[in-house]
Amino acid sequence: MHVIGLDAATADPESGSPGAGDGRLDRFEALLAAGETIEPRDWMPDGYRRMLLRQIAQHAHSEIIGMQPEGAWLTRAPSLHRKSVLLAKVQDEAGHGLYLYAAAETLGVDRAELLDALHRGRQRYAATFNHAALTWADTGAVAWLTDGAAVVNQAPLCHTSYGPYGRAMRRVCQEEAFHVRQGYDLMRALCEGTPAQREMAQDAVNRWWLPAVALMFGPPDTVVPGADQGTAAFGARVSRQAIAWGIKRHTNDELRQRFVDHCVPQAERLGLTLPDPGIRWNEERGHYDFGPIDWDTYREALGDDTHIARQRLAHRIAAHEDGAWVREAAAAYAAREEAR
Amino acid sequence: MTEAVALLTARLGDDALVLGQRLCQWITRAPTIEEDLALSNIALDLIGHARTLFTLAGELDGTGRSEDDFAYTRSDREFGNTLLCELPNGDFAVTIARQLAYSHYAVLYYEACADTAHPELAAVAARAATEVDYHRRHADGWTVRLGLGTAQSARRMQAGLDHVWPYIAELFDEDEVVRRMEAAGAAPSPAPLRARWEERVGEVVERAGLAVPAPRWRARGGRQGLHSEAFGPLVAELQSVYRQFPGGIW
Amino acid sequence: MSEAEGRGVSGAEGALASWEVFLRPRRGLAHLHVGSVRAADPDMALERARDLYTRRGDPLSLWVVRSAAVYASSPAERDPFFSGARHKPYRYPEHFAPLTEGGDRHD
Repeated sequence: MHVIGLDAATADPESGSPGAGDGRLDRFEALLAAGETIEPRDWMPDGYRRMLLRQIAQHAHSEIIGMQPEGAWLTRAPSLHRKSVLLAKVQDEAGHGLYLYAAAETLGVDRAELLDALHRGRQRYAATFNHAALTWADTGAVAWLTDGAAVVNQAPLCHTSYGPYGRAMRRVCQEEAFHVRQGYDLMRALCEGTPAQREMAQDAVNRWWLPAVALMFGPPDTVVPGADQGTAAFGARVSRQAIAWGIKRHTNDELRQRFVDHCVPQAERLGLTLPDPGIRWNEERGHYDFGPIDWDTYREALGDDTHIARQRLAHRIAAHEDGAWVREAAAAYAAREEAR
Repeated sequence: MTEAVALLTARLGDDALVLGQRLCQWITRAPTIEEDLALSNIALDLIGHARTLFTLAGELDGTGRSEDDFAYTRSDREFGNTLLCELPNGDFAVTIARQLAYSHYAVLYYEACADTAHPELAAVAARAATEVDYHRRHADGWTVRLGLGTAQSARRMQAGLDHVWPYIAELFDEDEVVRRMEAAGAAPSPAPLRARWEERVGEVVERAGLAVPAPRWRARGGRQGLHSEAFGPLVAELQSVYRQFPGGIW
Repeated sequence: MSEAEGRGVSGAEGALASWEVFLRPRRGLAHLHVGSVRAADPDMALERARDLYTRRGDPLSLWVVRSAAVYASSPAERDPFFSGARHKPYRYPEHFAPLTEGGDRHD
């Protein structure tokens, strides 16, 4: 799944690079203008490299951390069919993490450094996963809504300007479509089941709707007068640069709207209520309206210092530390084989 | 006779399900992301084996029980898996030792079933054999890497083998069910496969620079539903959501 | 590291060597580069490539090659090595009059 998290807003989009005078910048921009991809050995502005690295790393970390809320239900899946499906999904997430770490590594960093940055809290993952997966239905809601949001985000990223990222995303996209379908299918089974199952499904949607709609698309980046004007202005500046560089193709708010437009009819078919009284069809716009998100309050509730954020990171670090001796053994074995 | 085949088929399914369940507990905790992927792949195969075996058992015993009936509605005492498969994960070396023991056994036994067994069981076994052979490769590779890696990994891998070895004999036990089936030519006894297993596993352990343990006791009881105390929580967790929603559709 | 051309180097704690993965997706096709894996040895590289790149479809065969063994033409993405074709339009069929009336469909 893909996320442009809240901290994308802390990137410095305006940073230039030395060396812009010798024609390399012109060649870089000419490639972008021609719709060509930038490849690892091409010269690129530092700002471009840093923005990409931040986005790809965050995306990779989100895949890996995102395995936790669903992975915790593998042992409790209520049918062997669902257990198999969930295994296949969590496995895909590990695979997506690997594709993306490999793409990030073409920018001159090592996966070990990226994991270290995650573990030290210097790089982020999608705050969406700092919500708890409390019931079995949450695995369905996460797949349907969170992955659904991810697909909306990802489809354009298959044509992102950086070659390795685009190629990784094309693989991810091919596989992600299955995640959304199976999530919807899981929710449908619950909705057609007993009243208790249906209640569990609605409860999960109540808790996962806002995280999907708010956090999977990043901060607002369309300036409209109001409380979020400052955030939105900054977000708009970041998005403008990302779009100019072809890293992104659409603003966060455009994608958010597209996601809402997809979900509302699906929820209606399931007979589930999306927890936003502001949702209604707007004939004039040809889109669904939806309620404003109280960004400041929401962000505060989801800082790094929440119970679940700590748990996610601690879980990840424990796995990494417990496995250190295994990685060391593999490296020692490799060195030994090399020497033979 | 069909009843005996059904019993044996369900036992094989129990081994696969319970081991798969243990491997599920690794996911998000493996030493590398690649191993999360590898262990989940193996778990996925094992759950797949359990599903086909349970479905077949339900057909053979005439009850028409589904795969989920077997997995979710039986009590702990009705599971016939070996104690090896329910052994808690321990560290990565214990898990690899358990995988080494089981996958070599499963390759041999499924291949034997594919040759001689009841036709439907033979078909299931033939497919499973190719998949567990991949699990065997994974276990062989890690046994050697850990054995020859660092001093610490060699010590842990040896400890893993020592921990697991007393549970191996049970895999090859012959009881009344097995004897009846073998007499009828419906399925092979695992007992004669032990020598081949010792040979193949011994070769891997030797390549890893480790010692084949000589345990002074052996575990028994799993096939009769007499499990370890760690088994109750495993089954409780497996069945928790299913049991929480009576009449649920999944 | 991926795609052989990246600049990432191992060296960090326990980082394993990088291998490029080539997959023959079906009969009639060459082995195509699909990505990379990290592994301690060729067997591990093959297993990891299998886990990562063959979860779907029905692929026929996998190759793994140490990334360090890829000998690249030059450090720049577009390099003089390949400049020939661009300036020799006569290598392309579109350079010539079509064989049939109505344009450039396959002749």
